[in-house]
Parts: sequence; structure tokens; C-alpha cells
Amino acid sequence: MVPESYYVTLSAILFSIGVVGVVIRRNPLVIFMSIELMLNAANLALVAFGQRFGNLDGQAVVFFVMAVAAAEVAVGLAIIVTIFRVRRRLSVDDLSLMRW
Amino acid sequence: MAHVAFFVIAAIAVVSALGLILRPNAIHGALFLVVNLGSVAALYLMLGAEFLAAAQVIVYAGAIMVLFVFAIMVLIPGKEESGPDPRRSARVIAVPVGGLLLLLLIFVVIGRWSVPRGPVGPSGSADALGRLLFTSYLFPFELTSVLLLAAMVGVLLLARRRPG
Repeated sequence: MVPESYYVTLSAILFSIGVVGVVIRRNPLVIFMSIELMLNAANLALVAFGQRFGNLDGQAVVFFVMAVAAAEVAVGLAIIVTIFRVRRRLSVDDLSLMRW
Repeated sequence: MAHVAFFVIAAIAVVSALGLILRPNAIHGALFLVVNLGSVAALYLMLGAEFLAAAQVIVYAGAIMVLFVFAIMVLIPGKEESGPDPRRSARVIAVPVGGLLLLLLIFVVIGRWSVPRGPVGPSGSADALGRLLFTSYLFPFELTSVLLLAAMVGVLLLARRRPG
């Protein structure tokens, strides 16, 4: 039986890799995939804690996170495709339209 | 035995996550992410969450990644990151800051690990999880369907080709 703290540590490692990926990449699609990585790390921690507490509520929350992630990916990719259609370029450094 | 399996799967997950953020080509990143999602599904199985492991493979590794691969192929962003980075110095700082975040997370979670162990609960079968979703979590479940509908309408509106 692997202790749950191992799973939570792995989840922390994956989350940190996702954070670094969001910051160091310029391609919005890769940034988006790093966000998915972070969502997955959080899901893994939720399942591990649910196992530790001995109930299924953590897994129910993970189910909702998956549904929200699916909606988020669809909307986000549509926004990226629309930006590409208008600008013909794809780098987050160009997108300063909403900067104050 | 379970420890060996855990460490092998964890190594695959970490290496594929690093591949996602380090490979310059976005399509390689997408394939690395599929490997990562698959290994997390295997960890779900080890934690007794059978339904979530299946949902992970179907929803994430299946549907969401197909969407990503389609978007990458439509946009062909392969050469966008080949030029010199105008903000390289700012981005290099991200690596030590990420390491610091990792240390902080591990310190908070493991250094103060005092989570009480509950009783051995029900396994995460589709039966048990379905009962929970349709009793205690019925209202959030219904809200999810509204959210998905709203996302669908929003995507149609955003991706529509504007006349003229």
C-alpha cells in the first residue's frame, strides 16, 4: 500500500512543472496544455485525499473538475483560433490589447 | 510491489510533464501530455478510483487531446517559438521560482502531514460514484450540464466565420 503522501508529493511536482510551463512558453497552445497539467495534478491530490479520508467526495469533485475542464478547453481553443484568424500570429507577447 | 509500480508510473508522469514544457514543437507537447494523462489514470486505478480512471482516458486523453491536436494542426504554430526570445531574462527567473513553489508545497503538505486516516471507504466504482452524484451532488451535476451547454453555444459563437 503506497502512502497517500507520495501521491500528494507527485501532485505537487506536476503542479510546479505546470506553473513553470505557463511562464516560460510563448505558444498559447502549450500554455493551455500546461494549465491542463496543473488541473490534473490537483485532481490527483483530490483523489489521494479522498482515499485517505475514506469517502468518495473527493472523486465527485474530480468528476466536476473534468467537466469544467472540458468546457474550458473548448472555449479557450475557440478564443485562440479567433485571435489567430485576426492577427495571423500566435505568440502571447503580441497580445497586449487588454493591458492597462 | 505497489511501491515499484508507483515509482515507475510517477517517473513516467514527471518525465512526460517535463517533455511537454521543454520540447519546442507543440505537437510533441500534446503527445507527451497524452502520456502524462495516461499515467495519472494508472495512478487513479492504484488509488481505487476505477470510474475516474476510465473517465480520464475517455474525456481527457480522448476528447480533450483530440481537440488540442486539431487546434495545433489548424494553427501550425511550429515555427513561432524558433526566433530569439525578447524576454529571456524574465522567463529564466521562472525556473528557480517554480522550484521554490515546489519546495513550499512539499513543506506545507508533507512537513505538516497530520491528515487523520478515515475508515476504509467504498471503492470508486461507477455504481458508488453514480449514487453519490445523483444524491448529494445532484444540483452541481445539473449545473454542469448547463455549463457545458453554455460552453457549446459560446464556442459556436466565437468560431463562427463573420460575414464580410
